[in-house]
Amino acid sequence: MSQAEKSPAERAIDPGPQGSRSPLWTLGLLRSEISTLLRRHRTYALLAVLAAVPVLIGIAVRIETGGGGGGEGGAEGGAGPAFLAQVTNNGFFLVFAALAATLPVFLPMAVGVVAGDAIAGEASSGTLRYLLVAPAGRTRLLLVKYASVLAFCLIATLVVAVSALAVGALLFPVGDVTTISGTRIGFGEGLVRAGLTALVVAVSLAGFAAIGLFVSTLTGSGIGAMAATVGLLITVQILDSIPQLSGVHPYLFAHYWMSFADVLREPVYWDDLSKNFQLQGLYVAVFGSAAWARFTAKDITA
Amino acid sequence: MTDTAAEAGDAAARDARARAVRATGAGVASPAAPVIRTRGLTKRYRGGRPAVDGLDLTVPAGSVFGFLGPNGSGKTTTIRMLMGLIDPTSGTAEVLGRPMPEAARTVLPEVGALIEGPALYGFLNGRDNLLRYDRADPTADPRTRRARVDEALARVGLAAASGKKAKQYSLGMKQRLGLAAALLRPRRLLVLDEPTNGLDPQGMREIRLLVRELAAEGTTVFLSSHLLDEIEQVCTHAAVMARGRLIVQGPVADLAASARGRLAVTTPDPGDAARILKEHGLTGLSTDGDRLTADAPPAAVDLADLNAALVGGGVRVRFFGVERGSLEDAFVALTGEGFDVAG
Repeated sequence: MSQAEKSPAERAIDPGPQGSRSPLWTLGLLRSEISTLLRRHRTYALLAVLAAVPVLIGIAVRIETGGGGGGEGGAEGGAGPAFLAQVTNNGFFLVFAALAATLPVFLPMAVGVVAGDAIAGEASSGTLRYLLVAPAGRTRLLLVKYASVLAFCLIATLVVAVSALAVGALLFPVGDVTTISGTRIGFGEGLVRAGLTALVVAVSLAGFAAIGLFVSTLTGSGIGAMAATVGLLITVQILDSIPQLSGVHPYLFAHYWMSFADVLREPVYWDDLSKNFQLQGLYVAVFGSAAWARFTAKDITA
Repeated sequence: MTDTAAEAGDAAARDARARAVRATGAGVASPAAPVIRTRGLTKRYRGGRPAVDGLDLTVPAGSVFGFLGPNGSGKTTTIRMLMGLIDPTSGTAEVLGRPMPEAARTVLPEVGALIEGPALYGFLNGRDNLLRYDRADPTADPRTRRARVDEALARVGLAAASGKKAKQYSLGMKQRLGLAAALLRPRRLLVLDEPTNGLDPQGMREIRLLVRELAAEGTTVFLSSHLLDEIEQVCTHAAVMARGRLIVQGPVADLAASARGRLAVTTPDPGDAARILKEHGLTGLSTDGDRLTADAPPAAVDLADLNAALVGGGVRVRFFGVERGSLEDAFVALTGEGFDVAG
């Protein structure tokens, strides 16, 4: 049917390619992207694993302290992940203990799966070509994909935090929070700090998410991109733990991840946090541009 | 032979259809301007020989254009270049009068495409697959989305199965859903790459009907296939590719006519028949059981005389006539080879 043949009513409901393009369209595509992500069983499997970590930690600490008395748990807690010692006194600290336990591997691994699959997964299933001839636009599609990966970072972090809070409240007493600096803040204020911490952790993953997205534009295999991204994560974590390489440590995306604990100081200690944000910004800029350059020039043969 | 009459009838119907299409096509903005035009379009993948080599393709508006060639002849690479999915190494491509891939954002909403088979989100149901593709189109109106999706589902006969997860679909159902995605909006051009793959004969017929219907509405249909009779049945125009090169293009009737017809005789006495025909100067004789064929004689020879000679020679004739050249004959004549995968 040609444009000329349409009745005015039809033209009103179908503005056609020259018609006005809703500025909210990108949001519509983002909503479609996130809802598609949240309808995959894989996403729920990842989130379930993340939610299970605080449960495991909580039960382990509970058994340990219940069996051998509080003193033993406290003494050994110093050697384990940060905040573990405080959990028995205040279940609230399970939020921080769980984030500290999942941030090095579990959280970024989940993000790596989603980010690595973002473009490569669409390519290997062939749906990428149909999105592009729709036409979604390569730059917009990439932006929407990255935004949805960031949304997943936040969702994943919140799942860990909320699960930890629930388990902590269930298994341990909760009350006023003693900050790392030794001062006491109310439980409500503590919750605000916990929320802030989850946000910081989510932002910490932004750089790694950009790397994953870049890797995802390099290959047509979703599995390959996921494996490469997660492999890179493990490599960086190993490099970051070798003291002889301290010269490169400040440039590794994972180096300042644990700075999220500084949110629990009174006042909040921003030095490492801001270094972390700057580093993440740098990674997002570099790998985001690389992903864009690659994706907009790529031949889509899958 | 009844086939001959049927083929002639088909040709007439096709011509009538072509005229009808041209008539409705007159409503389109500029019927004279080709819908697809490429100049020297070339794609060379890293190192290898060109997948597409200096393609000059012109697809007239309102045509049902058959894009023919064996597997590996460069059809899909051409289609991907036309759709802006891959960049040509050299040459230009225009779709709907605008350059691709530069004008992809304004051109593609008016183009529906089925490229190298359907691709679906297996964990979404049929309807949600279409909704997702429609959301990816920035010019699609969200207010009419559900209605348009329902209409497209109904058009390809999937309305009843739209709530099923796509991974449970059969190959034919997936193909239909892919077609529905191409029909989400009224399009000026439909690009269908092997649209009948995986379909049963009934499904194939439905697709052919659908293509004719769409063509009658004024949509130009660009149909790639490796099945010659599929092209002969629905297309008004055709182009033939082999080894990345365009061998010929034009109206289907002209292409088929360019192939020399064959004289066919069915008789219980093929030996005698062959001897007599040879005596009358016919060439290219071949016998298959009780069926004998030869290159059609020049127009100066009256077929009635030949027949009389056969009967006079004691040959009992069951069938006698000239079979019109098929597209396949034309293809073999043009390429000097069979219709096989390019090595």
